[in-house]
Amino acid sequence: MVKVSGRNTNEPMLDMFIFETSQLIEQLEQSILSSEKSSCYTPTAINEIFRIMHTIKGSSAMMIFNNISTLAHHIEDLFYFLREEKPNNIDCSTLSDLVLEGVDFIKIEMEKIKNGDEADGEVSQLIERIKGYLSILKRTNISTGPVKDPEKVDTKGQRYYISQDKAKTSIYANAFKAVIYFEEGCEMENIRAYTIIHNLKDITEQIFYMPEDIIDNDDSVEIIRREGFKVYIKTDYSYEEMHKFFMQAIFLKDLELIQLENVDELKQFSTVKEAVVQKNPIKVPSLHEPDKRKKEASDKEINSTSMHQSIISVSVPKLDKLMDLVGEMVIAEAMVIQNPDLKGLELDNFQKAARQLNKITSDIQDMVMSIRMVPLSTTFHKMHRIVRDMCKKLDKEVQLEIIGEETEVDKNIIEHISDPLMHLVRNAIDHGIESTEDREMRGKSPSGRITLEAKNAGSDVLIILKDDGKGLSREKILMKAREQGLLYRSEDDMSDKEVLNLILIPGFSTKDGISEFSGRGVGMDVVTRNIEAVGGSVSVDSILNNGTTITLKIPLTLAIIDGMNIRVGNSCYTLPTISIKESFRPKEGDIITDPDGNEMIMVRGQCYSILRLHEVYKIKNSSTSIFNGIIIMVEHDDKTLCIFADELLGQQQVVVKALPKYIQNFKKIKGLAGCTLLGDGSISLILDITGLINN
Amino acid sequence: MTDVNKNTMEMEEDTQKGRFLTFSLGKESYGIEIKYVIEIIGLQAITEIPELPEYVKGIINLRGKIIPVMDVRLRFKKEPREYNDRTCVIVIDIKDVSIGLIIDSVSEVLTIPEEDIVEPPKMNKGFNNRYIKKIGKVGNDVKLLLDCEKLLSEDELEDLSEVL
Repeated sequence: MVKVSGRNTNEPMLDMFIFETSQLIEQLEQSILSSEKSSCYTPTAINEIFRIMHTIKGSSAMMIFNNISTLAHHIEDLFYFLREEKPNNIDCSTLSDLVLEGVDFIKIEMEKIKNGDEADGEVSQLIERIKGYLSILKRTNISTGPVKDPEKVDTKGQRYYISQDKAKTSIYANAFKAVIYFEEGCEMENIRAYTIIHNLKDITEQIFYMPEDIIDNDDSVEIIRREGFKVYIKTDYSYEEMHKFFMQAIFLKDLELIQLENVDELKQFSTVKEAVVQKNPIKVPSLHEPDKRKKEASDKEINSTSMHQSIISVSVPKLDKLMDLVGEMVIAEAMVIQNPDLKGLELDNFQKAARQLNKITSDIQDMVMSIRMVPLSTTFHKMHRIVRDMCKKLDKEVQLEIIGEETEVDKNIIEHISDPLMHLVRNAIDHGIESTEDREMRGKSPSGRITLEAKNAGSDVLIILKDDGKGLSREKILMKAREQGLLYRSEDDMSDKEVLNLILIPGFSTKDGISEFSGRGVGMDVVTRNIEAVGGSVSVDSILNNGTTITLKIPLTLAIIDGMNIRVGNSCYTLPTISIKESFRPKEGDIITDPDGNEMIMVRGQCYSILRLHEVYKIKNSSTSIFNGIIIMVEHDDKTLCIFADELLGQQQVVVKALPKYIQNFKKIKGLAGCTLLGDGSISLILDITGLINN
Repeated sequence: MTDVNKNTMEMEEDTQKGRFLTFSLGKESYGIEIKYVIEIIGLQAITEIPELPEYVKGIINLRGKIIPVMDVRLRFKKEPREYNDRTCVIVIDIKDVSIGLIIDSVSEVLTIPEEDIVEPPKMNKGFNNRYIKKIGKVGNDVKLLLDCEKLLSEDELEDLSEVL
């Protein structure tokens, strides 16, 4: 109950937490996957994971999501060990599995939190496994332990365990000495001791403890067992608080906590430390490796903190509002600058200022429009994880290639395509790519290949998923469709394309068995439904034994396109620049008219049909003589068309807006993709090249 | 808290109830329930859209929002008239669909008590008054109260013939 009310007041904090943590998790996943691919964890990667886990631990503890924070804490411990010890014989894939499992757990919990549920996942089992793994790592690492230069261990100990610089400047009120005894047979006393130290670091920076090298030196276990673990701290906390803190330690048998009246004992301790510290620089050259690493790490840390601050989350409605306001401002600007009252006046300074204003407003407009656009890269990179997991489970080898991840798509659309893409990738691996043996038998390379490509194509964004698997068989699809009673037409009448499209029907599945990943026949129709929800379309193409290509065509409801504005009569139209091949003024002899009155034009020996926009759209007072206007040659899907317009107005980036619902309800107007606002506040209609060509 | 909200809501409803924005179209005077009306703007540049019925004049840019405009004269199959400086666009919002209505001129906002509102006479021909929900009496004048929803929803038969 307390938590619930707390949550209400913490709403913005919770949002922030969810936003940050999901970002961190994504980052984490990526670095794990890339590390796994190169089958080694670089110091940078380890550092990054360590840092991310530390942040998650801190923030989740603050939000009282204890299971997340304990899990993060243990993963952090694991990576702390990796960072400090650099063990050579890490089993990368087990490590990745463990961490990814942790990532999944956090993801699930985050989902629960997002939905306003209690984050109540059971985490202890996973933690046990992480601990187990860590202890195995430690044990295998012992063999290399004694070889190490003891001094090295020593300096390292200070470098990481105690922040000397800060300790000198801060003065704490109380000093304590604590001697901790752990229960007999609890094992790994040194790690438990370390955990305590680690937790202490949140309280104070002045910590000194005996034995010092708890992690590195395995003998420390014996010492702790025999003499207890001695900690000297200086802190502002009271005796009671400190006592309570220490009592929380797991497997604690006995605790002696003494408040030190006389801080000499401590001082002595720290002066010794300082002496050692001063010796440090001399030693550094011989230890160049870890030092460099540390520098790298700190650089990285600086970078990442500044990165953090450079991103804030903004609610989408606010952006919409901002966009409307900017639109309004542009109109207001035009009203001021082109004010009829100014006509005939010589206003040099005014014009100068007006030009400046104009430049700034158009910059703002561009900026606001680009804010909503998000590159597809995050969505695409999520697929790496799916590919990895599925390959492991299904024992297949698949390479994922990503092309055009920088393609920008409106945020709303990204949300809609992430699920379908996941389905498609799963399908491709499960149904498409054959097992390694099968592939070798067919003379293909043993590892399958999946290509995920995004590109702008005229007024659409195309997302193409290509695999080089076994492809779809017409007979098999027909057979399954018959079995499942999905055939409504005679089989002979259906073209290959139509047969392939059967797989998009709900309930269709060619997979014989239902696997963990796919085969229930809900995949493809979910894909279709999701894509159609944003007004897109799905098409399937397949060559038996050569692979399958699935193309998602997504309209850019709000995407920015480079457009060419053209004038026809009093109306302004916009053509996507990408589909324009050339524009020219026709010469007398080039025009050919066939008996039906269709006009054609001969360009460099090729004949193209002419489309007169003013005829199609019945626009009055435009030039009808083809020699007064201009011909714009547009191309789409290898089809070419020449559009006749009055003149070219110029090129600009435009935001595609959908036509009002009321208009759309009438009918789908041929060749219109939407509309856009021009700089002066007037509306231009965006032409849909595909629609015009197929007209 | 919710009670207060409810009360203010009711109050708002109350103040809007029985109030009509009246405008003229030729000789007739029409009324439109004030709760639908967003604003009244002067006529601005209209971008024509091809292949639409004649009465849908096109779209306008209302502060970044693109809304369609309909010439009510043409919608009611009256003679078209040149637009002049009295011509106005009433922006209405019905079920989240915004649309501008081009009318000859706006008159005023009137409160018409319920007892002065009567059903339109039933005519067998029917078609003539299908956009008229009620008739309001104000003094000696008669205000035709529009049924906005009918104004937007299309009679499918008519729709088809117009497209063809």
